[in-house]
Order: sequence, then C-alpha cells, then structure tokens
Amino acid sequence: MRFGIVVFPGSNCERDCYHVVDAVLDSPVRYLWHADADLSGVDCVILPGGFSYGDYLRPGAIARFARIMRAVEEHAARGGLVLGICNGFQILLEAGLLPGAMLRNRSLKFQCQDVFVRVETADTAFTSMCRPGQILRLPIKHGDGNYHADPRDLAARAKVVFRYCDADGRVVPEANPNGSMDGIAGLANLAGNVVGLMPHPEVCAEPELGGTDGLVLLASALRYWEER
Amino acid sequence: MRWEARVLVRLKAGVLDPQGAATRSALESLGFSGVEEVRVGKLVELAFQAPNREEAELRLAQMCHKLLANPVIEVFEYALDAGREGSGCGLA
Repeated sequence: MRFGIVVFPGSNCERDCYHVVDAVLDSPVRYLWHADADLSGVDCVILPGGFSYGDYLRPGAIARFARIMRAVEEHAARGGLVLGICNGFQILLEAGLLPGAMLRNRSLKFQCQDVFVRVETADTAFTSMCRPGQILRLPIKHGDGNYHADPRDLAARAKVVFRYCDADGRVVPEANPNGSMDGIAGLANLAGNVVGLMPHPEVCAEPELGGTDGLVLLASALRYWEER
Repeated sequence: MRWEARVLVRLKAGVLDPQGAATRSALESLGFSGVEEVRVGKLVELAFQAPNREEAELRLAQMCHKLLANPVIEVFEYALDAGREGSGCGLA
C-alpha cells in the first residue's frame, strides 16, 4: 500500500507521518503538495497536523478548498483510505467528509499532553486491528478540539471511533481535555474508510518516543488494505 | 460597480462560546458586575465588484455560505452598500 501525505502551507506534522510510514511501517510513502491536481496513485492519504493557512477564519476552512482536496474527496468516495490527524481532522470536517465542526477548547488553552482514548469500533480501516473498548494512550496538541455536531447529523453520517477516557476506560468529564461533545476524539464515515482524530498516533509509534499505541492505526490500515 | 459589505458571523444560539465565557468572567473581575452573557463573533469587511445590487447580494450570500461562515456552528448576517470607487473598505 502506498501512502501519500498532503503538505499544506502551515502543516507541521508531515515529517513525523512520513517517518513512521517509511521507517516503522516500512511502506512506500511520498509527499503530496496542496496544489497538486491528483494523488499520484497513492492508496492511503494522510492529512497531517499543523496550522494550515494559519488557521485563519477557522481551522481547516481554507485548506479544504486547496486544489488537492477535490482529488481527496473523489478518493474517499471510491473507498480509498483517508486519515486526518488533528488539523487534518479539522479539514475533513470543513470539507464535509465527516460531520460536525470544531470549537475552541473549553479551557481556551492549547492542550499538549497525553490522553487516553477508548476505541469504540473496530469497524474502520484504521482500527481494524483493535478491539472495541481497547484503551490507547496518545498525545494531543491542539487549541480547537472541542467537537460539536447536531446529534442526528452525526448519527446519520458517521460513527464515533475514539472517545477521551480515563486510564480505566471510563468516559468522564475529567478525562475530556477540550470539552468535546460526548467525549468524541475521533470519527469515521459510515463506510469506515475515512477517519479523523485529534490525537497524534504518528508521534506515538516507537518506544524511543515514549509509546507505541499509535502504531495500531497505521498497521490496521495496512491489514485492511491487504484483506479488502 | 463597487460594493462594500460587512458580514457578521456569530456562533449559533446554544453553541458553547468559550471566548465569550472567559470574556464575561474577565469583565466580572474588572468590577462590571451583572454581566449575564458575552458572545464573541467575527466581523468580516469586504469590498468587491458586481454589476448591480441583485448580483452583489447573490455573490455575497454565496461567499458567506461557502467560506465565511460554517453552518454547523455559525450564523451570519450582512449589510451591503454601494461603495465609492478607489476608497478602501470605507468602513472605518
């Protein structure tokens, strides 16, 4: 499976994503430029974290109109894999590939810490190797992760993949770092090929970096692709 | 013809506004007691060309729907005026 990582002006996690796919997953990977017209034949698109276009207007609001996003939307519609991490998740929301929107963190603080998330479904490309209820420890670093959606729109168009929880897997307010509705940390479309999440699995995939819980997302994608 | 618009983008009623809540409590701490609610929105000023008011209004509404406001969390309203050629946004 070939991975492509989209670089927008203001992306800042693209190298971490590249490194993990290349060195840890040992899979072919390339950068894709926001102004590209096509995806150069990649099978899995990663929209990395950062502050595309300075987060001006709203995070992701301008990036979602970048030229490459039309190709990403077509790729998603064909069942191609798409993973949006942090700002990448915000871009997926703005693009309407996933429902809802992000508000400022309830605390108004930029949150940079490890969190626990509970895997709510293994029925997505990026959690196929997880079991429901599994707890992952992943880092977050964001100021706008306070997810909001119309509950009916959410239920009609997506499934919740990750919820912020405590170390025992309980979804409680104290474990919610940003005020996100129902503790939502990540979503998938109903087909499960498009996933967005606020935590950063790419910087949590090697023991040297303090944890390996993030690797399961990309390993799942590999297996999902091989077994499709 | 030049048109000038002010677009006011606000969070929908019922959507939590962390900035507004923090601003409210800052006002309280400055001694402004009795401030019951603060909501923080955005003002977008723009100047653009369109042949007539009908076309200007249509394009402005499209700009709001497509980019300036996110309908999931925000509502918008605007004021549209015929502008003076060669001026800035003319809204100061």
